[in-house]
Parts: sequence; structure tokens; C-alpha cells
Amino acid sequence: MSVVIFLIFAIVAVVCGINVVVQTHPISSAVSLVGVMGSLAILYLLLGAEFLAAAQVIVYAGAIMVLFVFVIMLLNAGAEAKRGRSFMVQLLGVPLLMALLGLLAYFVQRLYPPATAVHFGGFTHGTAQDVGRALFTTYVLPFEVTSILILIAIVGAIVLARKELE
Amino acid sequence: MDSFIVISLIKIVVVFAVLMTTLAYLQWVERKVIAHIQVRPGPYRVGPHGLLQPLADVIKLVTKEDMLPPYVNRPLYLAAPFLAITMSLLSISVIPFGPTIDVAGYRTWMQLTDLNIGVLFVLAVSSMGVYGIALAGWSSNNKYALLGGLRSSAQMISYELPLSMAIAAPLLVSNTLSLRELVERQSGSILHWNVLHGPFPQIFSFVIFVIAAFAETNRVPFDLPEAENELVAGFHTEYSSMKFASFFMAEYANMITVSCMATLLFLGGWVAPWPAEYGSSLVPVAIFALAGVVALYHGAHPGRRRDRITLPVFGVVFLILAGIFLLPRVQEWLIPLFWFAAKTGSILFLYMWIRGTLPRFRYDQLMGFAWKFLFPVAVLNLLVTGFLVAWFS
Amino acid sequence: MMNEVPISWFLTLSAVLFALGVAGFLFRRNIITVFMSIELMLNAVNLSFITFSYQLNQVNGHLFAFFVMVVAAAEAAVGLAIILTVFKNRGTLNIDDVNSMKN
Repeated sequence: MSVVIFLIFAIVAVVCGINVVVQTHPISSAVSLVGVMGSLAILYLLLGAEFLAAAQVIVYAGAIMVLFVFVIMLLNAGAEAKRGRSFMVQLLGVPLLMALLGLLAYFVQRLYPPATAVHFGGFTHGTAQDVGRALFTTYVLPFEVTSILILIAIVGAIVLARKELE
Repeated sequence: MDSFIVISLIKIVVVFAVLMTTLAYLQWVERKVIAHIQVRPGPYRVGPHGLLQPLADVIKLVTKEDMLPPYVNRPLYLAAPFLAITMSLLSISVIPFGPTIDVAGYRTWMQLTDLNIGVLFVLAVSSMGVYGIALAGWSSNNKYALLGGLRSSAQMISYELPLSMAIAAPLLVSNTLSLRELVERQSGSILHWNVLHGPFPQIFSFVIFVIAAFAETNRVPFDLPEAENELVAGFHTEYSSMKFASFFMAEYANMITVSCMATLLFLGGWVAPWPAEYGSSLVPVAIFALAGVVALYHGAHPGRRRDRITLPVFGVVFLILAGIFLLPRVQEWLIPLFWFAAKTGSILFLYMWIRGTLPRFRYDQLMGFAWKFLFPVAVLNLLVTGFLVAWFS
Repeated sequence: MMNEVPISWFLTLSAVLFALGVAGFLFRRNIITVFMSIELMLNAVNLSFITFSYQLNQVNGHLFAFFVMVVAAAEAAVGLAIILTVFKNRGTLNIDDVNSMKN
């Protein structure tokens, strides 16, 4: 059951990821990226991270990507023009990439033999209470610093994007 | 394990059927309420008192020509209504309608599933609903649709902030994210509901939540992006037949979800205003009996000739319903369901009442209201709630 | 056996998504697509953090992923504002054409 869910959503994530990189129009890339984030949220649930899964959908897929979609719609710059590539790159590009990924996957499998098995309910410390407790006791300094970071980002974004006063 | 699957499937079918019927008849109720506010009868020809009007509307929408304009971005055009309606209907799966009940020997919740993060799930699903509108506006390849879609999505994400702050305040008081536990902590009487109980009665949060919910669901007075006389029809200009019906249903489903959240967070869910020992179970009986008696009385001297038959029939139906509420077998699940439906219905009535009464905001007034007034007030409310909860515990 | 997923599969998926993000970052010309590849890389890293948090049975990995999300949000806001300014001044979203400081 967990294996089936993992395979389905991992394949969806990889296909959407490939789509992000391959599509010419940025809006299709943006919608595919939302698909990646959604399937990753389901995989977080499989890993017991229920608060993070909800935060991923609310913050990443529901706010950051909406911002991307807005900017793409407002700028309306159109699809990317195809550039000429050398024949060698077109012939060997994808097979070399697959070979590199295969090598990477082989070494990851070698270093991490499947000792820990992941299943629903294997990790129970991912609730909002646990994350909140850790956030406000052990990690309270990074928490405060990131709140200042967000303030800086808000001020920066407003200053950059407003109309220049003539 | 399989009894769990069978019971869940039965619950899904029941909830889906009730939700679809409620969506259809909510539109009838809205048209009648707005009509009576404007001193006119509303739909009354199709069936007795217009009760078959939703059926006529469904038949009309389904049999209309389903156009696929050639200039649209086809994958996004087809995906947008699908996304909108899916996200709207998904949130109903975590809403609890009542306490645990016994059905043919199996104990089960009156809820499809209870998540530990129920409130976050509803917020997440409503954030994803913005995509349906933005992509519909973009893919229609039409400047009015694009403007309407952009404005509508900007409005929805701007009001998500005060909405989330207004939701966070009763969560501080109740200390849980699960919707079922939220209601169970408000059990007792009306003095235990979150809106009147706790170190800081959540009246301000309730008002902020209702205002932000009106803007989230694109309803008057915040419905400029889809008003007919402003932007043609906003983001659903290029949609016809079933796809248009999807957007329509998505809007009403969002309304129902938001009203259910308001009752669960603030008004105590299925908890009766005063405990059942003091006779609160007789309130539905009294209401239905009164409705039956009024219908029978007006049936004796009707205004129209056909009401000589329809009004007594309604009167008898109401009296039978009043009798059903007296049976002890069904009382344990019907009374909580009645209170839940009554509270949700009052908030939906508030939606329709405001639609018939208030004019709409201009777009810059709307956005200024969100960022310059509602958001600071919501943050202040959250701060005061947090301070008082920490002080008194 | 059908109920247990080996943990190395999650790490492999994270590596694959990260590699796709790097490929998009290096090969695409449109500045917004480059930015989205960065977000893809950040998501892959989040998956890694949460996977290790599962293996070590601690909640700290979740906290790291949470902070990565927050920083990504701040970065997206400022980055998109910069992109809007670049588009307003240069009229193009092609990073090859934004080179008037060269030579």
C-alpha cells in the first residue's frame, strides 16, 4: 500500500519535474511545478510529516506559486524561442544525463541499504504540537531571525516594484 | 478493515448526495430570499413555489451547447473548472456533522474522516482553489477574462491573510487543530461556544472571519471581479454549459464550506444552546409544528387557487417532520444534525441577506480595506487573544 | 512487504529532482523558468531533510525544511520584484540579452 502510493506520486513528481524543465511557455512550467509540490506533499505525509505537508500546500503551492503565476500573467512575455544547439549535444545530452542519474542512484542505494523501512505511522513526532514545541524552544533564535528576514524581504519587494516618482 | 471501507463508502455517497442537493436548493433559497427582500415573489411557476426551478436550471445547463473556442489554451482551459470544483468539494470531507452514532451495530463518526490537521487541510484546499480562477482567466485568451481572473485571484489571496489570523485566534483558545476536538471542547451550552467563552470571547474573530469569508468566496459586497455589469462576466466569460456550471457549483460549495467552518470554530458545531435536559430537543419539534400550522392555516384561505392543494400538503409534511423529531431512536443523531444545519443555515442566510442589501465595493477600496484595515485588526486580535490565553493559564 | 518503502528510494527521488532543477537552471534562457528550477531544487532538498528526520526519528529535520520554506518565500518575493524591474527596464526576459554591463 505504501509502495503503491510512493510509486504513483514519485512518478508524478518526476514527470512534472521533467515538464518544468522542458516546456517552452513559463505558465506550463509553473503549473507543472505546482504538480511537483502537490505530490511531494503526499510523500511528506507518507514520511509522517503532517504539519509540513499542510505547510507545503498552503505556503509553497498556494502562495509562492500563485505569485509566480501572477508575474507570468502580468508580464505576458510569451514562450521561449528555440535556440540552435549543436548536433552532438542533441544526440548525447539525454543519454548522458540518464547515465549520470543511474550512477547517482546506484551509489545512493549502495550507501543506504534498505534498513529503515518507511510506512504510514512509522514516524509520529511530526504533529503540529511537536513542530511547534521545537520551533519555540530549541529553534527560537532562527525563528526570530527569519521573521526579520521576511520583514526585509517585504520592504525590499515593495521598494523594487513601486512606480518611480517622476 | 473491510467494514471500515464499506461504511466509508456509504458515508461518502450519503454526504455527496446531500451536498449536491443542498447546492441546487441553496440557489433556490437565495433567489427566494433576495426576491422577498426586493418585495417580489421570486421563482414560483416551476413546481409549487418554484421548488422545481433548480431542476429546470440543471436541465438547461446540461443541454446547452458545450463550445470549445479554438483560440483558448486547451489544457489549462479544460483543467480550470475541474480544479475549481474539486478543491471546493474536497473540504467537505473533514467537516463533522455530529457526534458518534451507532448504525446497525457499527460505531462511526458523523464525519468522513478526522485529520489531526483538519483546519490546515481546509486552508490548504482553499488556497489551491485560487488556481482554478487564475488559470480560467488566463486560458480564455480574452482581456476581460484575464482582468477578471487576476483581480479575483488577487482578492482571494489578499483576504486569505485576515482569514488565517481570524482562524488562529479560536485555535489558541481551543488548543487543537482537529475539527472534531474543536467542537468537543465547546460542549455544554451557548456559554461554552468559542464566541462567548474563554479568556477573550471571540466576537471580533467571528466578525473578521465572516468579512474575510465573504471576500474569499467572491460574494457581495466583494464580487466586483464577477459582476455582470462591470467586466462582462469576469473570469468565466468564455465558459458555457457544464464548465460554467462547475464554477457556479464551486462558488456555492465554497460558501457552504466557509459557513461550516464558522459554525465549527465559533458557534459550537452541533452543540445545542442549552443542554438537552432542559428541553432543547423540543425546539426543532416546535419550529416544524409551527411551520406546519401556519401552512395549514394559509391553506384554508390561499392567495392563489393552486395553493389550496400545495399549502396543506406542505403543512402535513412539516407536521410529520415534527413528529419524527420526537422519536427517541432518531433523536441521538438528528438533533445534533439539526443544530449544525440551523447554525450553518443562519450564516448562509446572512450571505443572502447581505447580497440583497449592500452595494459592492470598488476594487481599490476592496484591496485597501484588506491590507490597511482588516489585516492589522486581525493581527491585533490575535495578539490580544494570545496574551489573555497566556495570562489566564 | 508491499507496506514498506525502502528509505533509499526517497533519497533517490530527491537526487533526481535536484538534478532536474540543476539542468533547468543551467540550460533555460527564460529568467522565470530559471527561478522555478531553483524552487525545484529547494523542494528536493526539503524532501531529503524530512527523509533523514524519519530515519533518525527526530523532528529537527522538519524544522530545517520549515525554515527552507520560509527563506524560499522571502527569496521568491524579492526575486520576482527584481524580475519585474528587469523586464520594465530591458523589455526582455531572456537572460542572454541582459548583458549591457559586459565589455
